Amino acid sequence: MNTNPSKLIKGATGDWEVVIGMEVHAQIISKAKLFSGASAEFGGEPNSHVSLVDAAMPGMLPVINAECVAQAVRSGLGLKARINLRSHFDRKNYFYPDLPQGYQISQYKNPIVGEGIVLVDVSPTERIEVGIERLHIEQDAGKSLHDQSATDSFVDLNRAGVGLMEIVSKPDMRSSEEAKAYVAKLRTILRYLGTCDGNMEQGSLRADVNVSVRRPGGPLGTRCEIKNVNSIRFIGQAIEAEARRQIAILEDGGSIEQETRLFDPNRGETRSMRSKEEAHDYRYFPDPDLLPLELDQAYVDELAAALPELPDAKKARFIAQYGLPAYDAGVLVADKETADYFEAAIAHESKSRDPKAVANWIMGDVAAYANSVGLSIPQTHLEPAQIAGIVDLIAEGTISGKIAKDLLLILIEEEKAGDPRVIVEARGMKQVTDLGAIEAAVDAIIAANPDKVAQARAKPSMLGWFVGQVMKGTGGKANPQAVNELLKAKLGI
Amino acid sequence: MTDLTELSLAAAREALAKRQVSAVELAKAHIAAMEAARVLNCFISETPDQALAAAADCDARIARGDARPLEGIPLGIKDLYCTKGVRTTAASHILENFVPTYESTVTANLWRDGAVMLGKLNLDEFAMGSSNETSYFGPVISPWRRPGSNVKIVPGGSSGGSAAAVAARLCYGATGTDTGGSIRQPAAFTGTVGIKPTYGRCSRWGIVAFASSLDQAGPIARNVRDAAILLRSMAGHDAKDTTSVDLPVPDYAAAVGTSIQGKVIGIPKEYRLDGMPAEIDRLWSEGVSWLKAAGAKIVEISLPHTRYALPAYYIVAPAEASSNLARYDGVRYGLRVPGKDVVELYEKTRAAGFGREVRRRIMIGTYVLSAGYYDAYYVRAQKIRTLIKRDFETVFAEGVDAILAPATPSAAFGLGEKGSADPVEMYLNDVFTVTVNMAGLPGIAVPAGTSAEGLPLALQLIGRAFEEETLFALASVIEESAPKIALPPKWWDR
Repeated sequence: MNTNPSKLIKGATGDWEVVIGMEVHAQIISKAKLFSGASAEFGGEPNSHVSLVDAAMPGMLPVINAECVAQAVRSGLGLKARINLRSHFDRKNYFYPDLPQGYQISQYKNPIVGEGIVLVDVSPTERIEVGIERLHIEQDAGKSLHDQSATDSFVDLNRAGVGLMEIVSKPDMRSSEEAKAYVAKLRTILRYLGTCDGNMEQGSLRADVNVSVRRPGGPLGTRCEIKNVNSIRFIGQAIEAEARRQIAILEDGGSIEQETRLFDPNRGETRSMRSKEEAHDYRYFPDPDLLPLELDQAYVDELAAALPELPDAKKARFIAQYGLPAYDAGVLVADKETADYFEAAIAHESKSRDPKAVANWIMGDVAAYANSVGLSIPQTHLEPAQIAGIVDLIAEGTISGKIAKDLLLILIEEEKAGDPRVIVEARGMKQVTDLGAIEAAVDAIIAANPDKVAQARAKPSMLGWFVGQVMKGTGGKANPQAVNELLKAKLGI
Repeated sequence: MTDLTELSLAAAREALAKRQVSAVELAKAHIAAMEAARVLNCFISETPDQALAAAADCDARIARGDARPLEGIPLGIKDLYCTKGVRTTAASHILENFVPTYESTVTANLWRDGAVMLGKLNLDEFAMGSSNETSYFGPVISPWRRPGSNVKIVPGGSSGGSAAAVAARLCYGATGTDTGGSIRQPAAFTGTVGIKPTYGRCSRWGIVAFASSLDQAGPIARNVRDAAILLRSMAGHDAKDTTSVDLPVPDYAAAVGTSIQGKVIGIPKEYRLDGMPAEIDRLWSEGVSWLKAAGAKIVEISLPHTRYALPAYYIVAPAEASSNLARYDGVRYGLRVPGKDVVELYEKTRAAGFGREVRRRIMIGTYVLSAGYYDAYYVRAQKIRTLIKRDFETVFAEGVDAILAPATPSAAFGLGEKGSADPVEMYLNDVFTVTVNMAGLPGIAVPAGTSAEGLPLALQLIGRAFEEETLFALASVIEESAPKIALPPKWWDR
């Protein structure tokens, strides 16, 4: 991979390049946990989603949840990755109160998914490829609660045993922007696949970020791993802070120690969690309770055939089918529901309407409203049919663009379920195309402002003032083009 | 009928069917025997009330003509099987007061078939031992004594309580588990019949795990037929144990007494150890001649990797155990010894909760899985395991139907006589049995004679995977051919 000069960080002694790889933990969407029948649902009273297996009672045995396997395969296919028809589970041994078995069942040596690739749009003009090293399935741990009592800690095992996918990237990212765009894209893909809800606030998606710095084109530096970063914004901040920290050490003549670090968003810095020497010896070995996981190609093919359209394909289709600019297509497909919303508006009542006009409304006023109330576009009460109605009313000249904005406001605030056409009719918002009525308004303005008429004849740019007055006089409903033409004729300009 | 406890399981079942005796009578006779034999320390928990209630139900079913295969048969259950509402200890301090809310699949199968539980049987702690001396609840004393001696003899282990209880006529049969010989060796030491079926034949669900890839449930009984009857009820596929196998369970008892004409029996030359007692060698030769006389063809075979089996076993089994026993941490159930922080809680709980042998194996297992040692120990042991399996596959592919070998290198020894200075001395007891676990094959121990000291000796038959029927047929030939071994007099009951 070539060094891109714009990504380099300026240090006191020259330029530095940051190298980033990521391990993303994505909670699998499934009804039950990875190896038990207990509910995998988020929340619930503490310890209400715990089976005998999850609590590691004596003699309990894990049984793989076939749906979690299917989800991992779907995810692998979505990452254009190799599916390993034979994989196996290992035990990662360590003691912690929220790990009832004393080991996590994971896939260490032979993961279910091998190498793949993710295309990431870092900006409208820059696309990078991030290699996927592997994807494997493993159990989540429970949660230790240290704030419930002054003397004791409590443990909630609701999450213990929930299925996770660990998605390991290659060290292919060269800036915090690239890293953020990669996680966003990964999240989009998983959401499209329906394999992870990508909800970072609830911890359904979290990232361990590996950061190192080097001189451009030089050998890789020693990396530090920043554990459990739980928002895209923090990922960016953590990388920036960690890169600066490493550069400062190296420029002072020091060396980087390989270690695990934590990002403190309040202080905007990373701090050491444990050094290499303190690293656990996890004593991985194949889990003897579970047989190797064997899939056949027909099963994989069946899942592949049933995959939904993925964001890259959808974006290409939006460009080809609707003639949208790449930027618009990219924005719309970033969220599957928004893309569906767009297409529902396009397809409403099988009328033909301008896709670009629909996209502009969705990405403009509708998005601004959604943003202001903290919802995604499809989560708002505004229906695609209403957006289609607005676009149609403008296109057929029934309302002007300005009236359309008023109309949207009515739909947002007053008539939430209203039909745009009915509202326009009922409220008399129809554009006036009756030339007689417009002419009367024009004449009235000209008659009332002789001084301005003289000025306008001398300076034709005064026309705008007259147009404004006529529009005001007609409550904005006059057809602006007709107003323009009549004014020009009457003023003789 | 004088003493109901002297009946075989099959005979008792017949007597029940003919209404010559009631299930409650059988239960009462065994409860009395159990209580009179407390000096043997066979039971960790006795459940007489539960037994009587269950027996009353059995009588009602028999009266309705609705008897199930094991209706009213009193059994002992190794205290490694989780039993709903009945304390399950694994003979460990750490689980001393643990009461499961669930029933193991194998015991559930036995209750489904009408069997009656008398209580939970003593064992080596977490099934780790070959003499039943590592139990937190004290050693089991064998009902056997050397004639003219009062020296306490071990019943073997880890299913020592099971074997001793069956030999002492405290129950008609008992469940055991076998990870490296824990059914076959105590059966051999007590003149009883014990079979470790093929790995996957019985569900492991609800049995406290020792070494998951080796553990297998099986019965100990007073004769081959009784063992066959019990195994039929215990075996079967279980969706809750991924390693259990979905194959139909044959009527094993039907194989008992069938012809062995033309069966090819392999005699592995590697099992002829240096310094093996002459009486073991002699017993083995006798076994050969009995089988030959019954029509079997005897061939010498080679299992070249046999000598690596024991060291490899003592890497694989502790490695798995070190991980399997990590759950006993004082956090959710079992013993908890408080500490100033969670690490100290772990350390104190596990130091107090586990006995010496268990701690030793956890440490060995932790060591062999550690970074830097994993390849040298665990990986090599697994390679050896593959080679051992291949040894067996080769001879079976060449037409061998079963393998005849001694069950143990000696007769039972006295309490405290072995292993106190050097644990390896104790581990050597498993030399003939561990290969079978490593290969996942079925093996049966059947009494074949007595030692010069007057203690029982047994032969072992090893079969192809899932061909337990062949083993029952061959074992019944040995049982018929060998001199009758009278079970020990009830010296403890006066």
